[in-house]
Amino acid sequence: MTQRDFTAAILDPARPVPEGLTDPQGRPALRRFNVYRNNVAASLTDALETGFPALLKLLGPDYFRSLAALFLRAHPPRSRILSHYGAEMPAFLAAFEPLAKYPYLADVARLELALRRSYHAADAAPLATGGLDPAALMALTPRLAPATMILSSPHPVLGIWRHNMDPDAPRPAPRAEAVLIARPGFDPVPHLLPAGGPALAGALDGRTTLGLALERAVAAVPGMDVSAVLTLMLSTGALTLSDTGDTP
Amino acid sequence: MYDIARENRLPDRVGIGYKCQHFNALMEAPGPVHWLEVHAENYMGDGGRPIAQLRALSERFPISVHGVGLSIGGEGPLDPEHLARLRHLCDWLGPASFSEHLAWSTHGDHFLNDLLPLPYTEATLARVCTHIDTLQEAIGRQMLLENPSTYLAFENSTMDEVTFLSEIAKRTGCGLLLDVNNVFVSATNQNWDPVAYIDAFPLAQVGEIHLGGHDEEEDEHGAPLLIDSHGREVVDPVWTLYAHTIARAGAKPTLIEWDTDVPDFPVLAAEAARAASLLHPATA
Repeated sequence: MTQRDFTAAILDPARPVPEGLTDPQGRPALRRFNVYRNNVAASLTDALETGFPALLKLLGPDYFRSLAALFLRAHPPRSRILSHYGAEMPAFLAAFEPLAKYPYLADVARLELALRRSYHAADAAPLATGGLDPAALMALTPRLAPATMILSSPHPVLGIWRHNMDPDAPRPAPRAEAVLIARPGFDPVPHLLPAGGPALAGALDGRTTLGLALERAVAAVPGMDVSAVLTLMLSTGALTLSDTGDTP
Repeated sequence: MYDIARENRLPDRVGIGYKCQHFNALMEAPGPVHWLEVHAENYMGDGGRPIAQLRALSERFPISVHGVGLSIGGEGPLDPEHLARLRHLCDWLGPASFSEHLAWSTHGDHFLNDLLPLPYTEATLARVCTHIDTLQEAIGRQMLLENPSTYLAFENSTMDEVTFLSEIAKRTGCGLLLDVNNVFVSATNQNWDPVAYIDAFPLAQVGEIHLGGHDEEEDEHGAPLLIDSHGREVVDPVWTLYAHTIARAGAKPTLIEWDTDVPDFPVLAAEAARAASLLHPATA
C-alpha cells in the first residue's frame, strides 16, 4: 500500500480499503479506515463552514454540508494553511448546475474569501490626513492597505451578505454593487463602494498622486461622487503610505 | 546532539492549547495555566489579530509551537516552502519548544488535514529520520516528535511503536512528545497494554506530555474503537495512566488539549488544575 492508494481511498468512499490495513486480529478494517475518512471530511467541512458563514446561511446547513462533500473531493486543500482553503469555491459554485438559478452565490463566496484574506493581511498604518490642506493631500501617493479589498458584482452582493449575517438588515435591492473591505483594527468591515470607487482603487499604486488618480477615475466614471468615495476610503483607513505593511 | 533540558524551555507545569476565545481570560487571570501551545499553521498569515494576539501572549507565557501540517511521515520530500514558514515563525517568536507528529498528511498536491498512520518498517524509519534531520536543520533547534493515535494495523510493520520512536530519537537526537491519551487510544484500538507502553517508553527523551479527551465507538466486530477527538474532558483511565507516567518520569511540561466544541475557560482551567494536582501533588 502506498500513500497514493491511501489518499485516493480517503477521498473516494466508493473505493475499497487499501491492501494491508487490518484490525489487530488481521481482519478487514473498514470501520477503522472510515475513521480517517470521517476525520478528513469533517475537518474540511468545518473549515468551509467557518470560512463561508453567509453561504452556510443561504444554503442551509444540510445543503451546505452536501455541497462541501462534493467540493472537498473535487478540490482537496493544496495549502497546509487551512485559512487559505476554499479559493476554488466561487468557480465551483458558478459551474454547479443545480444552483444555476442563483448566480449571485459565487460572488457571495468571493466576498467571504476577501473578508478572510483581509483578516490575515499585514498591518499597515492608515493614511493620516489630519492637518493636511487639500493641495498637500492631493500630492500624496497612497496605495490600498494590505487588508483593503475591492470587489465588484453584477448582483447586490453586499446586500445579500448583510441580510444573511444580520437579521435586522434590509432585504437586498436588485442592483449591481461594488464593495470596499477595510480593516480599521482587526475586524474587516465591508462597505458599499460608490460608483468610481473601483476605478480610483485601481489607479492608486503607491506612485501616482491622489490628485492624478482621482482625475483618472473621473475620466473613467464621469458621474462619480468624488467626495463620497474619498471620504469612505479615508474614514475607514483603507489607504496607507506604507510599501509593504508590517509583517512579523 | 541536542540536550533536551537545554533545548526545551517549557516549565514543568501545566499549559493549555490556545484558542482565541480565551485571550482575555488568559491575559487577566490564567489561574493554573503556565504556558500555551499554538498550532503553527494558524500563525502563518501576514498580520491581523492572530499575530497580534500571539505577540502579546508570548510576552506573558512560554509558547510551544506545535506543527500539524509538515507531513514528516510523507513519502515525498518535506515541502521547502513550509519549512521556511516554520523557520520564520520560530525566528520571530522564539518559542520555548517546537513539536510535530509521527504521521503524514500530504500526498502530492493534496493536503488532507489529518494525521495519517505509518507502517513501522526499516524503510519508514530511515525516511522519517531523514525528514527530522532536515527539519531540525531548517529551524536550527531540536524538535519533539509526538506519538500518534492510530485506528488500524499495518500488515507489513516489523517493529512496535515504542521501538520505532526510541530509534528515531536515538538516530536524530530529537526529543519526544508523549501524548498519554494517544497511548490509551492506540493501545485500546491495537490490543496493546498501555502501562507496558509507558514502561518501555524512553521517558528521559520526553520534553512534553499531552492530555486530551476521546470518543468511544465500536468497530464492526464489536471491539472498542476510540477516536482521538480532543472535544471533551480527559477520562479517568487516562488520568491514571498520566499519574503512572509522572511517577516514573518525574514532572514534565503537561498540556491540556481541547480543539473541538471548545468550552469556556473555567472548564479548561479545571482540567489544568487536575493535571497540576497530579504533576505536583505536594503543592496542590
